[in-house]
Amino acid sequence: MTLTADTEADAGQNAMAERVRKIREAQDLGVSRAEGWRRRGPLLPALIFMIVVTQVPFLFTLYYSTLSWNLVRPGSRQFVGLDNYIAVVNDSQFWSVALNTVILIIGVVLVSAFFGLLLALLLDRAFFGRGVVRTLLITPFLVTPVAAALIWKTTILDPTNGILNWLLSLVGVGPVDWIGQFPLTMVMVELIWQWTPFMMLLILAGLQSMPRDQLEAGQVDGAGAFQLFRELTLPHLRRFIELGVVLGAIYLVNTFDAIYMMTQGGPGIASANLPFYIYQRAFLGFDMGQAAAMGVVVVIFTIVIANFALRLIFKSFSGKEEAA
Amino acid sequence: MTTATTEKTAAKIDSGPVRKKKTKKFSPWGVVAWIAALGFFFPVFWMVLTSFKQEGDAATSPPTLFFTPTLDQYDAVFNQGIGPAMLNSVFATGLSTIIVLLLGVPAAFALSLRPVRRTQDALFFFMSTKMLPIVAVILPLYVIVSNVGLLDNIWALVILYTAMNLPIAVWMMRSFFLEVPGELLEAASLDGASLWRSVREVILPLVSPGIAATALICVIFAWNEFFFAVNLTAVNAQTMPVYLVGFIAGEGQYWAVLSAAATMAALPVMLCGWFAQNKLVRGLSFGAIK
Repeated sequence: MTLTADTEADAGQNAMAERVRKIREAQDLGVSRAEGWRRRGPLLPALIFMIVVTQVPFLFTLYYSTLSWNLVRPGSRQFVGLDNYIAVVNDSQFWSVALNTVILIIGVVLVSAFFGLLLALLLDRAFFGRGVVRTLLITPFLVTPVAAALIWKTTILDPTNGILNWLLSLVGVGPVDWIGQFPLTMVMVELIWQWTPFMMLLILAGLQSMPRDQLEAGQVDGAGAFQLFRELTLPHLRRFIELGVVLGAIYLVNTFDAIYMMTQGGPGIASANLPFYIYQRAFLGFDMGQAAAMGVVVVIFTIVIANFALRLIFKSFSGKEEAA
Repeated sequence: MTTATTEKTAAKIDSGPVRKKKTKKFSPWGVVAWIAALGFFFPVFWMVLTSFKQEGDAATSPPTLFFTPTLDQYDAVFNQGIGPAMLNSVFATGLSTIIVLLLGVPAAFALSLRPVRRTQDALFFFMSTKMLPIVAVILPLYVIVSNVGLLDNIWALVILYTAMNLPIAVWMMRSFFLEVPGELLEAASLDGASLWRSVREVILPLVSPGIAATALICVIFAWNEFFFAVNLTAVNAQTMPVYLVGFIAGEGQYWAVLSAAATMAALPVMLCGWFAQNKLVRGLSFGAIK
């Protein structure tokens, strides 16, 4: 119980709010129907707005996915049942793009969580200019993704004038065409750069909610630094790392900017992910039916994964402070 | 010199919630942290530095480190129609954020302080919309938007950015409302205050820092958004990211002017983020982490 004063107050307040909420929920059974609707009232505009803007278009996507419909051939709209889905399943490009998507998400999330953990551990110590260091470290996350990808593509990774090749030439490593040879990896590097600060911030929040007395007790017991980390810090951080991984994945499923700017999905489809591939199919290939079917397949995959993710997140949100 | 000034402003801005400890004079881990920070910051620094170069100094190997700084590139950027794009971005970002708050704050209130049965379902629903990949809805959105004549119209983006940020805002605001002791509301109503009055005079002042934090998060996401913007706008309604892309088509080889354009696109949000860094975590984690 030696949490710092304000976390303690915070926790207390939180517990109180939680309790009040529980009591209220119990009373709800007694709430009259009219009162119930009055209470729900403020929720409805937001709810209706979200249903109209997100769910209705998705119903259209479902409908389009059953059509053979090419934008450049007017009058080509006709019902073809599940043909588009069969075409998608048989499209080997689709599967290799799907694989790229998975590699990209998992790679970026894990590597940036790892770096984020290291940086958070560094930032949790006291040193000169820590505030400035933190500000510098979060900056990559704030830079407009389009601008960030542009800077990486040109001034950093460019084969002739990029600064990376110049640095390597100092140690005698010949010029490498980074984006040409390792397109997907370079997109991931740029994304890791952007996402590490996000992970760092979440994990740092976790570290700072850590009860210090446990660590001190551990030190008194003569545990080594690594042992303390593995047996106290890491278990405490688990919830935060999980949350970072899940939220990172949710945001990264929609990765588009970096690929659009750095590689245009190429060469071929080597660095395309599903959003980019579907974009190409729809807006450059004008094949609405198939693109819609792909969208539906992506949603099915996402639902399966999200189902698992949601459960994990809600564990975090219900926020049982295991420390308190 | 550029770094020095950036760092100084950053230091002023930053007043993090970092645990107050005695600052040690010297720590080797501090040095490691500084090196990591400078490494992570380098691309941004390089972008800003390049934007002050003449084209001749921008794309060279070895890189040109000493040069006479010039504002020519910013001049060029301002002469090439950045104004309308900037205004579009400001409009789409600002208006969508206002609408998000108008819809989201009452919703979060209903979900936290006076919840009814099944409100959990609504919460789940808000969260689940963030898991819907945007590509899955972009086609019908494109068709709908063009049918109602909003293609290349900034209002289309206002509506979509509202939908994009509303779930985050509801979750984040809910976490702020949950911190308000419920007794306050009851006490006010016992005093005979109407619900609206007690909300306005008791609750809103308490959560106003939360509202500000929510707004900042929404601003960051809306400003940086690219996918909707590139698919649904062309010339009239282009936002900063789209403008930047269009810029490349014409000036792909001119790094200095590109860097100036990129800096202009990134700067507003970078400043917002620096100011709001204490609030970032809560927004980015949908309110799960304080």
